[in-house]
Amino acid sequence: MNIVKQAAEVICNDQISEGVYDMWLKNMMISHAAPGQFVSVYCKDGSRILPRPISICETDRTNKRFRLVYRVLGEGTKELSRVKKGETIEVMGPLGNGFSIDRTGHAILIGGGIGIPPMVELAKTLQCKKTIVLGYRDAVFLKEAFEGLCEIVIATDDGSTGIKGTVIDAIREKNITGDMIYACGPTPMLRGVKALAEQLGIPAQLSLEERMACGIGACLACVCKSKDKDEHTNVNNKRICKEGPVFFADQIEL
Amino acid sequence: MNTSVKIAGVTFQNPVMTASGTFGSGLEYSEFVDLNALGAVVTKGVSNVPWKGNETPRIAETYGGMLNAIGLQNPGIDVFIERDVPFLRSFNTNIIVNVCGKSTEDYIEVVERLTKKEADLLEINISCPNVKEGGIAFGQNPKMVEEITSVLKKHAALPLIMKLSPNVTDITATAKAAEAGGADAISLINTLTGMKIDINKRKFLLGNKTGGLSGPAIKPVALRMVYQASHAVTIPVIGMGGICSGEDALEFIMAGATGVAVGTANFMDPYATIKTIVGIESFMKKNQIGDINELIGCVEENNRPFGGCM
Repeated sequence: MNIVKQAAEVICNDQISEGVYDMWLKNMMISHAAPGQFVSVYCKDGSRILPRPISICETDRTNKRFRLVYRVLGEGTKELSRVKKGETIEVMGPLGNGFSIDRTGHAILIGGGIGIPPMVELAKTLQCKKTIVLGYRDAVFLKEAFEGLCEIVIATDDGSTGIKGTVIDAIREKNITGDMIYACGPTPMLRGVKALAEQLGIPAQLSLEERMACGIGACLACVCKSKDKDEHTNVNNKRICKEGPVFFADQIEL
Repeated sequence: MNTSVKIAGVTFQNPVMTASGTFGSGLEYSEFVDLNALGAVVTKGVSNVPWKGNETPRIAETYGGMLNAIGLQNPGIDVFIERDVPFLRSFNTNIIVNVCGKSTEDYIEVVERLTKKEADLLEINISCPNVKEGGIAFGQNPKMVEEITSVLKKHAALPLIMKLSPNVTDITATAKAAEAGGADAISLINTLTGMKIDINKRKFLLGNKTGGLSGPAIKPVALRMVYQASHAVTIPVIGMGGICSGEDALEFIMAGATGVAVGTANFMDPYATIKTIVGIESFMKKNQIGDINELIGCVEENNRPFGGCM
Protein backbone atom coordinates (compact mmCIF):
# COMPACT_ATOMS: atom_id res chain seq x y z
CA MET A 1 0.00 0.00 0.00
CA ASN A 2 1.29 3.43 -0.88
CA ILE A 3 2.22 5.85 1.86
CA VAL A 4 0.95 9.38 1.46
CA LYS A 5 1.89 12.58 3.21
CA GLN A 6 -1.00 14.96 2.85
CA ALA A 7 -3.11 17.56 4.55
CA ALA A 8 -6.16 15.87 6.04
CA GLU A 9 -9.33 17.65 7.02
CA VAL A 10 -10.42 17.28 10.61
CA ILE A 11 -14.06 16.17 10.80
CA CYS A 12 -14.25 16.23 14.59
CA ASN A 13 -11.89 16.37 17.55
CA ASP A 14 -13.57 15.88 20.91
CA GLN A 15 -12.45 15.00 24.40
CA ILE A 16 -13.91 11.63 25.38
CA SER A 17 -12.14 11.19 28.69
CA GLU A 18 -9.71 13.21 30.82
CA GLY A 19 -6.90 14.03 28.39
CA VAL A 20 -8.12 11.57 25.74
CA TYR A 21 -9.32 12.90 22.40
CA ASP A 22 -11.29 11.36 19.56
CA MET A 23 -10.52 12.71 16.09
CA TRP A 24 -11.86 11.73 12.68
CA LEU A 25 -9.90 12.82 9.60
CA LYS A 26 -10.62 12.71 5.92
CA ASN A 27 -8.10 10.88 3.73
CA MET A 28 -8.85 8.31 1.08
CA MET A 29 -5.54 6.43 1.15
CA ILE A 30 -5.31 6.21 4.91
CA SER A 31 -8.93 5.03 5.13
CA HIS A 32 -7.63 1.80 3.55
CA ALA A 33 -5.22 1.12 6.43
CA ALA A 34 -5.04 -2.35 7.95
CA PRO A 35 -5.69 -2.91 11.66
CA GLY A 36 -2.58 -2.04 13.67
CA GLN A 37 -1.09 0.44 11.21
CA PHE A 38 -0.31 3.98 12.34
CA VAL A 39 0.09 7.51 11.03
CA SER A 40 2.64 10.26 11.63
CA VAL A 41 0.96 13.50 12.65
CA TYR A 42 2.89 16.72 12.05
CA CYS A 43 2.65 19.75 14.32
CA LYS A 44 2.12 23.23 12.95
CA ASP A 45 4.34 24.87 15.56
CA GLY A 46 7.85 24.96 14.09
CA SER A 47 9.47 24.33 17.46
CA ARG A 48 8.11 20.77 17.32
CA ILE A 49 9.86 19.29 14.37
CA LEU A 50 9.15 15.57 14.61
CA PRO A 51 5.87 13.93 13.66
CA ARG A 52 3.93 12.11 16.38
CA PRO A 53 3.27 8.44 15.65
CA ILE A 54 -0.36 7.64 16.50
CA SER A 55 -2.09 4.32 15.87
CA ILE A 56 -5.20 4.25 13.72
CA CYS A 57 -8.25 3.48 15.81
CA GLU A 58 -10.73 2.82 13.07
CA THR A 59 -11.27 3.36 9.36
CA ASP A 60 -14.34 4.12 7.28
CA ARG A 61 -13.58 3.37 3.64
CA THR A 62 -17.05 4.30 2.44
CA ASN A 63 -16.67 7.84 3.68
CA LYS A 64 -12.86 7.94 3.15
CA ARG A 65 -12.22 8.71 6.81
CA PHE A 66 -10.08 7.40 9.63
CA ARG A 67 -10.16 7.82 13.37
CA LEU A 68 -7.44 8.61 15.90
CA VAL A 69 -7.96 8.34 19.62
CA TYR A 70 -4.97 9.82 21.41
CA ARG A 71 -3.87 10.97 24.83
CA VAL A 72 -2.43 14.42 25.45
CA LEU A 73 1.05 13.68 26.76
CA GLY A 74 3.13 16.67 25.77
CA GLU A 75 3.10 19.89 23.82
CA GLY A 76 2.61 18.17 20.45
CA THR A 77 -0.51 16.26 21.41
CA LYS A 78 -1.73 19.36 23.28
CA GLU A 79 -1.48 21.28 20.02
CA LEU A 80 -3.33 18.47 18.26
CA SER A 81 -6.12 18.56 20.84
CA ARG A 82 -6.75 22.23 19.99
CA VAL A 83 -7.27 21.64 16.27
CA LYS A 84 -10.79 22.60 15.26
CA LYS A 85 -13.27 20.86 12.99
CA GLY A 86 -12.73 21.98 9.40
CA GLU A 87 -9.01 22.71 9.85
CA THR A 88 -6.40 20.51 8.22
CA ILE A 89 -3.36 18.79 9.67
CA GLU A 90 -0.47 17.12 7.86
CA VAL A 91 -0.42 13.36 8.20
CA MET A 92 1.68 10.59 6.70
CA GLY A 93 0.47 7.04 6.43
CA PRO A 94 -0.58 4.37 6.60
CA LEU A 95 2.70 3.29 8.20
CA GLY A 96 4.09 -0.03 9.39
CA ASN A 97 2.47 -3.43 9.21
CA GLY A 98 -0.69 -4.27 11.00
CA PHE A 99 -1.73 -7.40 12.85
CA SER A 100 -1.68 -10.77 11.07
CA ILE A 101 -5.31 -11.71 10.96
CA ASP A 102 -6.21 -15.21 12.08
CA ARG A 103 -9.87 -15.79 11.28
CA THR A 104 -10.20 -19.06 13.12
CA GLY A 105 -10.63 -19.98 16.75
CA HIS A 106 -10.98 -17.63 19.68
CA ALA A 107 -9.13 -14.33 19.61
CA ILE A 108 -8.09 -12.55 22.80
CA LEU A 109 -7.63 -8.83 22.29
CA ILE A 110 -5.82 -6.94 25.03
CA GLY A 111 -5.65 -3.17 25.14
CA GLY A 112 -4.03 -1.12 27.88
CA GLY A 113 -4.76 2.60 28.20
CA ILE A 114 -3.94 4.46 25.02
CA GLY A 115 -3.09 1.08 23.48
CA ILE A 116 -6.81 0.38 23.28
CA PRO A 117 -7.68 2.42 20.14
CA PRO A 118 -6.08 0.12 17.48
CA MET A 119 -8.10 -2.75 18.93
CA VAL A 120 -11.27 -1.19 17.53
CA GLU A 121 -10.40 -1.73 13.87
CA LEU A 122 -8.99 -5.14 14.74
CA ALA A 123 -12.21 -6.15 16.50
CA LYS A 124 -14.19 -5.01 13.45
CA THR A 125 -11.97 -7.02 11.12
CA LEU A 126 -11.70 -10.28 13.02
CA GLN A 127 -14.60 -12.53 12.07
CA CYS A 128 -14.25 -15.10 14.80
CA LYS A 129 -15.11 -15.55 18.45
CA LYS A 130 -13.34 -12.79 20.35
CA THR A 131 -12.88 -11.42 23.84
CA ILE A 132 -11.41 -8.02 24.55
CA VAL A 133 -9.70 -7.24 27.81
CA LEU A 134 -9.53 -3.51 28.41
CA GLY A 135 -7.16 -2.12 31.01
CA TYR A 136 -7.41 1.39 32.45
CA ARG A 137 -5.84 3.33 35.24
CA ASP A 138 -9.24 4.72 36.25
CA ALA A 139 -11.62 6.29 33.71
CA VAL A 140 -13.05 3.98 31.04
CA PHE A 141 -13.15 5.10 27.40
CA LEU A 142 -13.90 3.49 24.02
CA LYS A 143 -15.75 0.61 25.68
CA GLU A 144 -18.83 1.30 23.54
CA ALA A 145 -16.78 0.74 20.36
CA PHE A 146 -16.50 -2.96 21.25
CA GLU A 147 -20.12 -3.52 22.25
CA GLY A 148 -21.75 -6.04 19.93
CA LEU A 149 -18.35 -6.98 18.51
CA CYS A 150 -16.80 -8.97 21.34
CA GLU A 151 -17.14 -10.16 24.86
CA ILE A 152 -15.78 -7.30 27.01
CA VAL A 153 -13.75 -7.66 30.20
CA ILE A 154 -12.57 -4.57 32.03
CA ALA A 155 -9.77 -4.13 34.54
CA THR A 156 -8.94 -0.87 36.32
CA ASP A 157 -5.99 -0.10 38.56
CA ASP A 158 -8.26 1.61 41.09
CA GLY A 159 -11.07 -0.95 40.83
CA SER A 160 -13.62 1.71 39.85
CA THR A 161 -14.86 -0.46 36.98
CA GLY A 162 -14.59 -4.23 36.47
CA ILE A 163 -11.79 -6.19 38.03
CA LYS A 164 -9.33 -4.34 40.26
CA GLY A 165 -5.90 -4.92 38.82
CA THR A 166 -4.17 -5.31 35.49
CA VAL A 167 -5.34 -6.94 32.27
CA ILE A 168 -3.22 -9.95 33.25
CA ASP A 169 -5.03 -10.19 36.60
CA ALA A 170 -8.34 -10.07 34.73
CA ILE A 171 -7.34 -12.82 32.29
CA ARG A 172 -6.25 -15.06 35.16
CA GLU A 173 -9.30 -14.35 37.27
CA LYS A 174 -11.69 -15.05 34.39
CA ASN A 175 -9.65 -17.98 33.08
CA ILE A 176 -9.73 -16.50 29.62
CA THR A 177 -8.05 -18.64 27.03
CA GLY A 178 -8.00 -18.73 23.25
CA ASP A 179 -5.98 -19.34 20.10
CA MET A 180 -4.36 -15.98 19.38
CA ILE A 181 -3.54 -12.94 21.50
CA TYR A 182 -3.45 -9.45 20.01
CA ALA A 183 -2.13 -6.78 22.38
CA CYS A 184 -1.27 -3.10 22.45
CA GLY A 185 -0.37 -1.06 25.51
CA PRO A 186 2.49 0.16 27.67
CA THR A 187 5.69 -1.90 27.61
CA PRO A 188 5.28 -3.33 31.17
CA MET A 189 1.84 -4.64 30.13
CA LEU A 190 3.28 -6.14 26.93
CA ARG A 191 5.97 -7.87 28.99
CA GLY A 192 3.23 -9.37 31.11
CA VAL A 193 1.30 -10.46 28.03
CA LYS A 194 4.43 -12.03 26.53
CA ALA A 195 5.03 -14.03 29.73
CA LEU A 196 1.38 -15.04 29.95
CA ALA A 197 1.29 -16.14 26.30
CA GLU A 198 4.38 -18.29 26.83
CA GLN A 199 2.85 -19.84 29.92
CA LEU A 200 -0.48 -20.57 28.21
CA GLY A 201 1.19 -21.64 24.97
CA ILE A 202 -0.82 -19.17 22.90
CA PRO A 203 0.82 -17.19 20.09
CA ALA A 204 0.71 -13.44 20.77
CA GLN A 205 1.07 -10.41 18.55
CA LEU A 206 2.29 -7.29 20.31
CA SER A 207 2.10 -3.75 18.99
CA LEU A 208 5.16 -1.82 20.22
CA GLU A 209 5.84 1.83 20.75
CA GLU A 210 9.12 3.75 20.61
CA ARG A 211 10.27 7.30 19.95
CA MET A 212 10.46 7.79 16.19
CA ALA A 213 11.84 10.38 13.82
CA CYS A 214 11.27 9.48 10.16
CA GLY A 215 8.49 6.90 10.60
CA ILE A 216 9.46 5.09 7.39
CA GLY A 217 12.52 3.04 8.30
CA ALA A 218 15.34 5.37 7.33
CA CYS A 219 16.65 6.83 10.58
CA LEU A 220 16.91 3.62 12.66
CA ALA A 221 15.75 5.35 15.84
CA CYS A 222 12.88 3.03 16.79
CA VAL A 223 14.47 -0.40 16.87
CA CYS A 224 13.67 -3.31 19.14
CA LYS A 225 15.78 -6.39 19.85
CA SER A 226 14.63 -9.27 17.65
CA LYS A 227 15.26 -13.00 17.64
CA ASP A 228 15.93 -13.10 13.90
CA LYS A 229 18.23 -10.88 11.89
CA ASP A 230 16.47 -7.75 10.71
CA GLU A 231 16.19 -7.15 7.00
CA HIS A 232 17.92 -3.77 7.15
CA THR A 233 21.12 -4.27 9.15
CA ASN A 234 21.25 -8.03 9.93
CA VAL A 235 21.94 -7.31 13.59
CA ASN A 236 18.72 -8.42 15.35
CA ASN A 237 17.39 -4.88 15.52
CA LYS A 238 13.98 -4.68 13.90
CA ARG A 239 12.56 -1.29 13.01
CA ILE A 240 9.29 -0.74 14.87
CA CYS A 241 8.05 1.73 12.25
CA LYS A 242 8.85 -0.52 9.30
CA GLU A 243 8.89 -4.23 10.21
CA GLY A 244 6.55 -3.47 13.11
CA PRO A 245 4.86 -2.01 14.99
CA VAL A 246 3.29 -5.46 15.45
CA PHE A 247 5.57 -8.40 16.22
CA PHE A 248 4.97 -11.94 17.39
CA ALA A 249 5.95 -12.05 21.06
CA ASP A 250 8.43 -14.89 20.58
CA GLN A 251 10.27 -12.86 17.93
CA ILE A 252 11.28 -9.95 20.15
CA GLU A 253 12.85 -9.07 23.48
CA LEU A 254 11.06 -6.55 25.64
CA MET B 1 19.87 28.82 -15.76
CA ASN B 2 22.78 26.75 -14.46
CA THR B 3 22.40 25.06 -11.09
CA SER B 4 25.30 22.65 -11.48
CA VAL B 5 28.37 22.87 -9.29
CA LYS B 6 31.68 21.03 -9.25
CA ILE B 7 33.20 19.45 -6.18
CA ALA B 8 36.53 17.63 -6.42
CA GLY B 9 36.17 17.35 -10.20
CA VAL B 10 32.72 15.74 -9.92
CA THR B 11 29.76 17.57 -11.44
CA PHE B 12 26.58 17.84 -9.37
CA GLN B 13 23.42 18.77 -11.29
CA ASN B 14 22.52 20.95 -8.33
CA PRO B 15 24.16 21.63 -4.98
CA VAL B 16 21.49 19.86 -2.91
CA MET B 17 22.32 16.53 -1.32
CA THR B 18 21.12 14.54 1.65
CA ALA B 19 22.87 14.67 5.00
CA SER B 20 24.30 11.37 6.15
CA GLY B 21 22.14 9.37 8.52
CA THR B 22 18.89 11.10 7.71
CA PHE B 23 18.12 9.42 4.40
CA GLY B 24 19.30 5.81 4.78
CA SER B 25 20.54 4.71 1.37
CA GLY B 26 17.61 6.45 -0.28
CA LEU B 27 15.30 3.45 -0.53
CA GLU B 28 12.71 4.58 2.02
CA TYR B 29 12.59 8.17 0.76
CA SER B 30 12.39 7.13 -2.90
CA GLU B 31 8.66 6.61 -2.26
CA PHE B 32 8.41 10.39 -1.88
CA VAL B 33 11.36 11.87 -3.76
CA ASP B 34 12.65 11.28 -7.28
CA LEU B 35 16.30 10.59 -6.44
CA ASN B 36 17.20 11.59 -10.01
CA ALA B 37 16.49 15.18 -9.01
CA LEU B 38 19.11 15.32 -6.25
CA GLY B 39 22.67 16.57 -6.55
CA ALA B 40 23.78 13.54 -4.57
CA VAL B 41 22.60 10.97 -2.11
CA VAL B 42 24.92 10.87 0.88
CA THR B 43 24.45 7.52 2.55
CA LYS B 44 24.20 6.69 6.20
CA GLY B 45 27.60 5.80 7.69
CA VAL B 46 29.02 2.49 6.47
CA SER B 47 31.56 0.52 8.51
CA ASN B 48 33.69 -2.54 7.75
CA VAL B 49 31.39 -4.90 9.66
CA PRO B 50 27.73 -4.53 10.77
CA TRP B 51 27.21 -2.23 13.75
CA LYS B 52 24.30 -2.70 16.14
CA GLY B 53 24.07 0.90 17.28
CA ASN B 54 23.07 2.20 20.70
CA GLU B 55 20.36 1.32 23.21
CA THR B 56 16.95 2.94 22.77
CA PRO B 57 15.58 5.55 23.17
CA ARG B 58 17.79 6.85 20.40
CA ILE B 59 15.94 10.05 19.74
CA ALA B 60 14.51 13.02 21.63
CA GLU B 61 12.86 16.15 20.35
CA THR B 62 14.16 19.50 21.56
CA TYR B 63 12.97 23.04 20.88
CA GLY B 64 13.30 23.48 17.11
CA GLY B 65 15.58 20.49 16.90
CA MET B 66 16.25 16.95 17.95
CA LEU B 67 18.89 14.85 19.64
CA ASN B 68 19.90 11.52 18.18
CA ALA B 69 22.15 8.79 19.44
CA ILE B 70 21.59 6.06 16.88
CA GLY B 71 25.19 4.94 17.19
CA LEU B 72 25.75 4.39 13.47
CA GLN B 73 23.76 1.16 13.16
CA ASN B 74 24.55 -0.11 9.68
CA PRO B 75 24.82 -3.42 7.82
CA GLY B 76 28.50 -3.05 6.93
CA ILE B 77 30.24 -2.64 3.61
CA ASP B 78 29.43 -6.11 2.19
CA VAL B 79 25.66 -5.70 2.36
CA PHE B 80 25.98 -2.07 1.36
CA ILE B 81 27.80 -2.94 -1.87
CA GLU B 82 25.56 -5.88 -2.61
CA ARG B 83 22.20 -4.26 -1.87
CA ASP B 84 22.38 -0.48 -1.64
CA VAL B 85 24.85 0.36 -4.39
CA PRO B 86 22.85 -1.31 -7.23
CA PHE B 87 19.72 0.48 -5.98
CA LEU B 88 21.43 3.88 -5.90
CA ARG B 89 23.22 3.32 -9.21
CA SER B 90 19.82 2.90 -10.89
CA PHE B 91 19.37 6.65 -10.45
CA ASN B 92 21.07 9.50 -12.20
CA THR B 93 22.57 11.10 -9.12
CA ASN B 94 25.96 11.12 -7.42
CA ILE B 95 26.59 8.66 -4.64
CA ILE B 96 28.57 9.85 -1.67
CA VAL B 97 29.32 7.07 0.78
CA ASN B 98 29.73 8.15 4.36
CA VAL B 99 32.43 6.01 5.95
CA CYS B 100 32.71 5.38 9.68
CA GLY B 101 35.14 3.37 11.76
CA LYS B 102 36.56 2.76 15.21
CA SER B 103 40.18 2.71 14.10
CA THR B 104 42.21 3.91 11.14
CA GLU B 105 42.30 0.31 9.88
CA ASP B 106 38.49 0.14 9.94
CA TYR B 107 38.26 3.25 7.79
CA ILE B 108 40.89 1.93 5.37
CA GLU B 109 39.04 -1.35 4.97
CA VAL B 110 35.89 0.43 3.84
CA VAL B 111 37.62 3.08 1.74
CA GLU B 112 39.51 0.42 -0.22
CA ARG B 113 36.29 -1.34 -1.17
CA LEU B 114 34.80 1.70 -2.88
CA THR B 115 35.75 2.56 -6.43
CA LYS B 116 34.16 4.54 -9.25
CA LYS B 117 31.84 1.62 -9.85
CA GLU B 118 30.25 1.87 -6.40
CA ALA B 119 30.36 5.58 -5.64
CA ASP B 120 31.43 9.04 -6.77
CA LEU B 121 32.89 10.50 -3.61
CA LEU B 122 33.57 9.42 -0.04
CA GLU B 123 32.65 11.35 3.05
CA ILE B 124 34.72 10.39 6.07
CA ASN B 125 32.84 10.61 9.33
CA ILE B 126 35.37 11.75 11.90
CA SER B 127 32.75 13.62 13.83
CA CYS B 128 30.03 11.29 15.12
CA PRO B 129 29.45 12.15 18.78
CA ASN B 130 27.58 8.91 19.50
CA VAL B 131 30.20 6.21 19.25
CA LYS B 132 32.75 5.65 21.96
CA GLU B 133 35.73 4.91 19.77
CA GLY B 134 36.66 6.51 16.47
CA GLY B 135 34.17 9.02 15.22
CA ILE B 136 34.61 12.30 17.00
CA ALA B 137 37.87 11.23 18.65
CA PHE B 138 39.52 11.66 15.26
CA GLY B 139 37.73 14.89 14.51
CA GLN B 140 38.51 17.11 17.47
CA ASN B 141 42.28 17.20 17.23
CA PRO B 142 43.69 18.97 14.16
CA LYS B 143 46.80 16.76 14.17
CA MET B 144 44.69 13.62 14.07
CA VAL B 145 42.44 15.10 11.38
CA GLU B 146 45.43 15.75 9.17
CA GLU B 147 46.91 12.34 9.87
CA ILE B 148 43.81 10.28 9.15
CA THR B 149 43.08 12.38 6.07
CA SER B 150 46.51 11.78 4.60
CA VAL B 151 46.41 8.05 5.40
CA LEU B 152 42.97 7.57 3.84
CA LYS B 153 43.91 9.71 0.86
CA LYS B 154 46.59 7.13 0.03
CA HIS B 155 44.04 4.31 0.09
CA ALA B 156 41.12 6.06 -1.58
CA ALA B 157 40.28 5.68 -5.25
CA LEU B 158 37.63 8.38 -4.92
CA PRO B 159 37.70 12.03 -3.87
CA LEU B 160 37.68 12.47 -0.12
CA ILE B 161 35.34 14.74 1.81
CA MET B 162 36.20 15.06 5.49
CA LYS B 163 33.13 15.65 7.65
CA LEU B 164 34.00 17.99 10.46
CA SER B 165 32.69 18.25 13.99
CA PRO B 166 31.32 21.49 15.40
CA ASN B 167 32.35 20.33 18.87
CA VAL B 168 35.65 22.18 18.65
CA THR B 169 36.91 25.57 19.76
CA ASP B 170 38.25 26.57 16.36
CA ILE B 171 36.63 25.10 13.26
CA THR B 172 39.25 26.71 11.01
CA ALA B 173 41.97 24.61 12.65
CA THR B 174 40.32 21.28 11.77
CA ALA B 175 39.28 22.59 8.35
CA LYS B 176 42.86 23.57 7.58
CA ALA B 177 44.11 20.25 8.94
CA ALA B 178 41.84 18.35 6.56
CA GLU B 179 43.07 20.43 3.66
CA ALA B 180 46.69 19.92 4.71
CA GLY B 181 46.07 16.17 4.85
CA GLY B 182 44.95 16.22 1.24
CA ALA B 183 41.16 16.32 1.54
CA ASP B 184 39.36 17.16 -1.69
CA ALA B 185 36.52 18.85 0.17
CA ILE B 186 35.14 19.30 3.66
CA SER B 187 31.58 18.99 4.90
CA LEU B 188 30.18 20.54 8.05
CA ILE B 189 28.62 20.57 10.50
CA ASN B 190 27.94 17.23 12.10
CA THR B 191 25.70 17.39 15.17
CA LEU B 192 26.42 19.34 18.35
CA THR B 193 26.69 17.17 21.43
CA GLY B 194 23.70 17.69 23.70
CA MET B 195 21.53 16.17 26.41
CA LYS B 196 17.93 16.04 27.66
CA ILE B 197 16.60 14.99 31.06
CA ASP B 198 13.10 13.74 31.90
CA ILE B 199 12.47 15.55 35.18
CA ASN B 200 9.58 13.28 36.19
CA LYS B 201 11.63 10.13 35.87
CA ARG B 202 14.90 11.87 36.78
CA LYS B 203 16.45 10.07 33.85
CA PHE B 204 18.26 10.95 30.65
CA LEU B 205 15.93 10.77 27.68
CA LEU B 206 18.48 9.05 25.50
CA GLY B 207 19.79 5.56 26.17
CA ASN B 208 23.23 6.94 25.38
CA LYS B 209 22.78 9.92 27.80
CA THR B 210 24.19 12.33 25.23
CA GLY B 211 23.22 12.76 21.61
CA GLY B 212 23.81 14.94 18.60
CA LEU B 213 21.68 18.04 18.23
CA SER B 214 20.39 18.80 14.74
CA GLY B 215 17.57 20.65 13.02
CA PRO B 216 16.61 24.31 12.62
CA ALA B 217 17.86 25.14 16.12
CA ILE B 218 21.50 24.70 15.06
CA LYS B 219 21.36 26.57 11.75
CA PRO B 220 22.97 29.84 12.89
CA VAL B 221 25.89 27.96 14.45
CA ALA B 222 26.33 25.84 11.35
CA LEU B 223 26.20 28.85 9.07
CA ARG B 224 28.82 30.69 11.10
CA MET B 225 31.12 27.67 11.00
CA VAL B 226 30.62 27.12 7.27
CA TYR B 227 31.47 30.77 6.71
CA GLN B 228 34.60 30.55 8.83
CA ALA B 229 35.75 27.24 7.35
CA SER B 230 35.19 28.26 3.75
CA HIS B 231 37.32 31.33 4.32
CA ALA B 232 40.07 29.25 5.91
CA VAL B 233 40.53 26.73 3.09
CA THR B 234 40.60 26.71 -0.70
CA ILE B 235 38.94 23.30 -1.15
CA PRO B 236 35.14 23.22 -1.61
CA VAL B 237 32.88 23.21 1.41
CA ILE B 238 29.59 21.33 1.73
CA GLY B 239 27.40 23.09 4.25
CA MET B 240 24.73 21.56 6.45
CA GLY B 241 22.99 22.09 9.75
CA GLY B 242 19.31 22.87 9.98
CA ILE B 243 18.68 23.48 6.28
CA CYS B 244 14.93 23.20 5.64
CA SER B 245 14.31 25.36 2.58
CA GLY B 246 15.80 27.02 -0.47
CA GLU B 247 16.31 30.17 1.61
CA ASP B 248 18.28 28.26 4.23
CA ALA B 249 20.39 26.59 1.54
CA LEU B 250 21.10 29.95 -0.11
CA GLU B 251 22.38 31.34 3.18
CA PHE B 252 24.97 28.54 3.30
CA ILE B 253 25.87 29.05 -0.36
CA MET B 254 26.30 32.78 0.13
CA ALA B 255 28.42 32.05 3.21
CA GLY B 256 30.77 30.04 0.99
CA ALA B 257 29.35 26.53 0.56
CA THR B 258 29.55 24.93 -2.88
CA GLY B 259 27.19 22.14 -1.87
CA VAL B 260 24.46 21.94 0.75
CA ALA B 261 22.84 19.03 2.53
CA VAL B 262 19.33 18.58 3.84
CA GLY B 263 19.23 16.36 6.91
CA THR B 264 16.80 16.53 9.82
CA ALA B 265 14.34 18.40 7.56
CA ASN B 266 13.66 15.06 5.85
CA PHE B 267 11.99 13.94 9.09
CA MET B 268 9.94 17.13 9.21
CA ASP B 269 8.86 16.69 5.61
CA PRO B 270 9.89 13.82 3.31
CA TYR B 271 9.79 16.23 0.37
CA ALA B 272 12.29 18.65 1.99
CA THR B 273 15.12 17.95 -0.48
CA ILE B 274 12.95 18.66 -3.51
CA LYS B 275 11.44 21.75 -1.93
CA THR B 276 14.95 23.04 -1.25
CA ILE B 277 15.95 22.57 -4.90
CA VAL B 278 12.77 24.28 -6.11
CA GLY B 279 13.33 27.12 -3.63
CA ILE B 280 16.85 27.76 -4.91
CA GLU B 281 15.66 27.74 -8.51
CA SER B 282 12.81 30.15 -7.89
CA PHE B 283 15.15 32.54 -6.06
CA MET B 284 17.51 32.41 -9.03
CA LYS B 285 14.68 33.07 -11.48
CA LYS B 286 13.26 35.90 -9.43
CA ASN B 287 16.67 37.54 -9.08
CA GLN B 288 17.76 36.74 -12.63
CA ILE B 289 20.78 34.76 -11.60
CA GLY B 290 22.06 32.73 -14.54
CA ASP B 291 24.58 30.60 -12.68
CA ILE B 292 24.44 29.39 -9.11
CA ASN B 293 28.22 29.60 -8.92
CA GLU B 294 27.81 33.40 -8.85
CA LEU B 295 26.20 33.03 -5.44
CA ILE B 296 28.88 30.93 -3.75
CA GLY B 297 30.48 33.07 -1.05
CA CYS B 298 28.80 36.22 -2.37
CA VAL B 299 27.82 37.56 1.04
CA GLU B 300 29.01 41.13 1.31
CA GLU B 301 31.79 41.60 3.78
CA ASN B 302 31.94 44.51 6.17
CA ASN B 303 34.38 45.36 8.88
CA ARG B 304 32.48 43.91 11.78
CA PRO B 305 34.48 41.25 13.55
CA PHE B 306 33.20 37.81 14.52
CA GLY B 307 31.25 37.07 17.65
CA GLY B 308 28.50 39.64 17.36
CA CYS B 309 30.58 42.42 18.95
CA MET B 310 28.98 45.76 18.25
